[in-house]
Amino acid sequence: MERNLHRQLANMKKSLFDQGYLDEQFIQLEELQDAANPNFVEEVVTMYYRDSARLIQNIDHALEKNPLDFAKLDNYMHQFKGSSCSIGAKKLKNECTQFKEYCETGNGEGCKRTFQQVKKEYAALKKKLEHYFQFARQVGPVEKACRPK
Amino acid sequence: MVMDQEMGRYPSSSSSSSSSGAPNLHVLAVDDSHVDRKVIEKLLKISCCKVTAVESGKRALQYLGLDGDKSPVEFDGLKVNLIMTDYSMPGMTGYELLKEIKGSSRLREIPVVIMSSENILGRIDRCMEEGAEEFLVKPVQLSDVRRLTDFILQGDEDRQKVGSSKRKLWDVPRSWFTTSCS
Repeated sequence: MERNLHRQLANMKKSLFDQGYLDEQFIQLEELQDAANPNFVEEVVTMYYRDSARLIQNIDHALEKNPLDFAKLDNYMHQFKGSSCSIGAKKLKNECTQFKEYCETGNGEGCKRTFQQVKKEYAALKKKLEHYFQFARQVGPVEKACRPK
Repeated sequence: MVMDQEMGRYPSSSSSSSSSGAPNLHVLAVDDSHVDRKVIEKLLKISCCKVTAVESGKRALQYLGLDGDKSPVEFDGLKVNLIMTDYSMPGMTGYELLKEIKGSSRLREIPVVIMSSENILGRIDRCMEEGAEEFLVKPVQLSDVRRLTDFILQGDEDRQKVGSSKRKLWDVPRSWFTTSCS
């Protein structure tokens, strides 16, 4: 029974990787989990969503200004991209890169369009990770991180 | 100096890093990102380091007793063996922090490592020229931290073989005093 749950959890994770939501960095974080800190990754991700909510808001407000302050937008996005990388959020990271490129070329429409994508990905990942961690807590700690093939 | 007097009470084992009971490295981590601070702290703790994590260059300088308001004699933090700082931070960048540290006769010997999400050659060169020990591209890996701590500990061992008794005193963490004092 337990092995079945572990397998289900592993499949959930594999699916997140196959769909490009997560990358290797997520695995690196899982490998830092130990008996003292069995929910380390969940804590980091929770912290990420809490902190980045403010950044998202800042970017939203900045995108409403006219004219756009691309330096400011780039700065906010740099922070957001950094944290997203740190948790292994692959798709998000790529959208952020795209946004930054539009900032560099002063393409306001591009920024706005990309940011809609960013917010969508951000929300989608949050749901998936919440589900994953909820299930992981039920399953209990695994002995070691399982790398998806 | 107070530390000299207290040293007399305890067995002097300014031993090599490999023996148990040897002091752990104390690392000062500087990063404005809450998430990154949490991760670097974990990486360092897993590598058996004591960690102090602060969110800005200004705070780092305060901790090191170099903020201009306090005289160095009042500095009461644990001796820092390594500083790991993010490059891009509001206010004072990691590069500016590096310059402050290397500009201080008291602190310049502390190895400083710069971390950055951007792999920009000019930036790397500038930091290395200013005396950074290493430039790590984020996200920082456990292998990076382990390599760094091994390097620092090896450096300490080498210094102790050559070295001065004053250096050995500095290696003793203050926690030895506080735990043993009744």
